[in-house]
Amino acid sequence: MTPVIELDGLEVRLGGRPILKKLAATLAGRSIGLLGPNGAGKSTLLNTLLGFHKPSSGAARVLGLDVRTRAREVRGLVGYMPENDAFIASMSGVRFVRMMAELAGLPPEQALERAHEAFFYVGLGEVRYRPLGSYSLGMKQAAKLAQAIAHGPKLLFLDEPTNGLDPPARVRMIQLIQEIRDRGDLHLILSSHLLRDVEECCDQVLILKDGSIAAYCNLEEERRANLRFLELETRGASNGCFLEALEKLGCQTAQGAQGRIKVVLPEGLELRSLYAVAAEQQVQIRRLNHKRDSLEDIFLKAMEGPDGRL
Amino acid sequence: MAVYKKIYRPYAGPLTPGWRRFLTIPRYALEDLHRSRFLTIFYIATFVYPLIAAIIIYLEHDLSALRAFNADRIANLIHIDSSFFLSFLGWQSMLALFLAAFIGPGLISPDLSNNALSLYLARPFSRSEYVVGKLSVVLLLMSLMTWVPGLLLFGYQAYLEGGQWMAGNSRIATGLFLGAWIWILLLALLALALSAWVKWKPAAGALMFGLFFVASGFGAAINNVQDTKWGYLLNISNLMGSIWVELFEGGDPTSTGAAFFRVAPGQRLPVWSCWAAVLTLCAVSLWMLARKIRGVEVVH
Repeated sequence: MTPVIELDGLEVRLGGRPILKKLAATLAGRSIGLLGPNGAGKSTLLNTLLGFHKPSSGAARVLGLDVRTRAREVRGLVGYMPENDAFIASMSGVRFVRMMAELAGLPPEQALERAHEAFFYVGLGEVRYRPLGSYSLGMKQAAKLAQAIAHGPKLLFLDEPTNGLDPPARVRMIQLIQEIRDRGDLHLILSSHLLRDVEECCDQVLILKDGSIAAYCNLEEERRANLRFLELETRGASNGCFLEALEKLGCQTAQGAQGRIKVVLPEGLELRSLYAVAAEQQVQIRRLNHKRDSLEDIFLKAMEGPDGRL
Repeated sequence: MAVYKKIYRPYAGPLTPGWRRFLTIPRYALEDLHRSRFLTIFYIATFVYPLIAAIIIYLEHDLSALRAFNADRIANLIHIDSSFFLSFLGWQSMLALFLAAFIGPGLISPDLSNNALSLYLARPFSRSEYVVGKLSVVLLLMSLMTWVPGLLLFGYQAYLEGGQWMAGNSRIATGLFLGAWIWILLLALLALALSAWVKWKPAAGALMFGLFFVASGFGAAINNVQDTKWGYLLNISNLMGSIWVELFEGGDPTSTGAAFFRVAPGQRLPVWSCWAAVLTLCAVSLWMLARKIRGVEVVH
């Protein structure tokens, strides 16, 4: 499978200052989150992938195409929803989206049809003839999404898509992004400083800090791994026989204080086997928790400085 | 698919050729301009002078029409020569300046003030195509009021006068075409550059006039103080007048230019310096556009 984004020692300097520092990663997920505090370089990375900034060294490829030499082709495959308000206030929503679709290469008739479809899809069907300047913030965000998807891109860049939205509008936006993701027709890169947005929409996450990659992880694998990691609270397991029996099943174990045991289950082993062993050893399992290493934990670990401080 | 079926679907249909996409911009811009009643009336009014010029050419060749009004002596005053076409170009070019000042500022500034450039340029659409698209709006409208009617009038005169006249005056046709193009290209570039740098439309329009009239006043002041004629380099109408006379009449001109674009006798600058000044203005405008037309603005 062609990687979605390949970063090969990518460095971008703006005004003589390095903004992105030797980024190297291969991102191949269906939906990838770009996470980081404000000023970490998320928008700069997106702008570089769109060809707005020239890399000062290194290379970046989008769907196998070098952004330096084949920027036009890259932009032909991409739909972009920018962070800030971006539209022409005096134009009606559907006319604006139609124009953007035509600039992306759609013939006028198809562009008009797709503009209407995109507006209905994002829930703005009833207001599509109103000037964009009269839209509320939530409607403007949805209109930005409409112009990003109207031409049917292969890759969608969403820069802070829930910025400024009230809770119902945010939920609606997240649902739209999830729907687009789940149809599987395109890849999406979601840049956000909101962990929840990324957690709900993405299966991989690239965490940036001060223009460098602080972490890159597969959330799906993390979630799956978390399902295999258990914390037990037991009674009657102090003689070590219970742990030995678990290890015979292939589990990795660690004895804690006061009957607490950490267990990593091997692939294929079901939980009921643990209860069976506990019954044989006459051990009570009082509590069983799956480890919940959330994106927040991953993010906080990535943000930690060398001295352990954030 | 019916638009109310709220489903996202990828696009697999045909795409337009890349070279044609810049035409999307003038199409939408012309639709917008057409909504302005004032602009439509003004634009129609710009065709009055070409119509009068066509009537004059006709009358020169049909004395019976003048005799019917007992005005056959007027025929002696009508001369269809390079001065006639220079006057035509001068009038139409002045109207083109007004048109550029009206529509030019509204072309780029709304895109910049609404941050829409990032959306244009996030598509397979380059900065050059964007500028060419915007330029074509102004160039198309100004072409239709300058060199297109000019060449039609030339063709009409050649039709009435005969092939010999046409062969002997081919320089007029070249002058009309090239002279008008230099002017409208300069106007279009200046209008776009000012539109890109001055986001408030009325200010950009005023600046357009200021560049022509204030700069020429400044040039006149330099001439008086320094006792020189090089101050005319700041007088755009003088520059264009010199270039036009050269294009219409060659190196030994008899006229002093066109309406609004006259060169004072004895104050003519070398034509190469006029070309250099006009090309410098075009280059500065392009530089100004290159600085502003970007997907994202980087604040250093």
